[in-house]
Amino acid sequence: MELLAFGKTGWGDELFYATLMTIAVSITAMLVGFFFALIFTPLKLSKYKTLNLVGNFYTTVIRGVPELLVIYLFFFGGSGAIMYVASIFGYYEYIEINAFVTGSMAIGIISGAYSTEVFRGAIQSIDKGQFEAAKVLGINKFGQFYKIILPQMLRLAIPNLSNVWQITLKDTSLISVTGLVEIMRQSYIAAGSTRDPLFFYSFAAVLYLLLTYVSMKLINKLEVKYSRGY
Amino acid sequence: MDFDLMITSFPKLLGATVVTLKLLSASLFFGLFLGLLFAILRLNKNIFINKFAYGYSYIFRGTPLLVQIFIIYFGLGQIEYLRTTFLWVILKEPYWCAIIAFTLNTGAYTSEILRSAFQTIKPGIIEAGKSLGISNKIIFYKIQIPIAIRQSLPAYGNEIILMMKGTSLASTVTLMDLTGVAKYIISTTFKPIEVFIVAGGIYLFMTFIIHNVIKYLEKKYSFQQ
Repeated sequence: MELLAFGKTGWGDELFYATLMTIAVSITAMLVGFFFALIFTPLKLSKYKTLNLVGNFYTTVIRGVPELLVIYLFFFGGSGAIMYVASIFGYYEYIEINAFVTGSMAIGIISGAYSTEVFRGAIQSIDKGQFEAAKVLGINKFGQFYKIILPQMLRLAIPNLSNVWQITLKDTSLISVTGLVEIMRQSYIAAGSTRDPLFFYSFAAVLYLLLTYVSMKLINKLEVKYSRGY
Repeated sequence: MDFDLMITSFPKLLGATVVTLKLLSASLFFGLFLGLLFAILRLNKNIFINKFAYGYSYIFRGTPLLVQIFIIYFGLGQIEYLRTTFLWVILKEPYWCAIIAFTLNTGAYTSEILRSAFQTIKPGIIEAGKSLGISNKIIFYKIQIPIAIRQSLPAYGNEIILMMKGTSLASTVTLMDLTGVAKYIISTTFKPIEVFIVAGGIYLFMTFIIHNVIKYLEKKYSFQQ
């Protein structure tokens, strides 16, 4: 227990901040994922074959390649890519992106591929009559989507999105390889300096279990909220 | 784009794919038995056995695979007693530690898949077996298990693909699998995109094969023939 004390003697506060970092990265990655889903879901549902192809390419490649490989691509290739873009605009200095941005981008892109599939499935399972009825009532495209389709879609999407959240949360452990101090990295450091890996990695497992447990409880509440009337 | 690097790294990566496939097939093989065992325990009416099986699958599905590997590889070695037993022969090898972690992980997911498959079997089928005078044991082996396997094929196919991606974590415990070698080449040449294309291509190819084999099996064992 002394090992978990707060302050200079123990690892309690370090692990606490690391947990916050894990939560922060997961939420950022999830939002980045939603952003990607917002772009690629319409592409996958589009009438045009070429756009379909682009959407399918994204989801197939990301879901077929290990997360760790994607993270290595971002970790080693991230600043190179940014510098290349910057050089087009005439900026030639060295740019370093911090681990938080690299990590949440990499995990976000992975999470986005799963979210895209979830949203696609949810939209496709909405009755066609709903789209037509909205059109007949003369509601504009914006209103059609936000007032008619989205609320119905969310009800169907939330159970699957909670799975995506779980995947995203667990994937954040992989960005410890880039040196971002989240739960896994902090446990690695603590295990190294105290020579007690069994305790610290088990504690990390408990922290992750706690995070998944609490988030499941919260998501269940959301689920109840969005399925009112059913 | 450095095409020469892509060509020269291809055989190296292909060699590493063998390690990936070995890890995958070993953990799937053991994981299937473990999953079946825990699925049966989950369906047991005894509340303690039931809760134990649920706890196992909850813990392994709720924590990242990376933590599980680290606990087994770095953590278990710390227990002095273990070092004196014959288990140490296995646990000191990163290869076996990875396989144990993957097996436990895929076993948890497989048990959930099989459990839901068992639960969706219509009671009428089991009753029909009973009324024909078939013993419970034979009903289980000859009726329930084949139906459950057929039911769980699509979900299990996904699990195989997830596990294939999971084997990439073996590179964190010094094993040179496909991802491990890819990382090594990237960090020595600083050409991440080229290596990613080749290694990612190999992974995608394996995904493609697994996907199609499962699809073929689904069709072969579908009810309407």
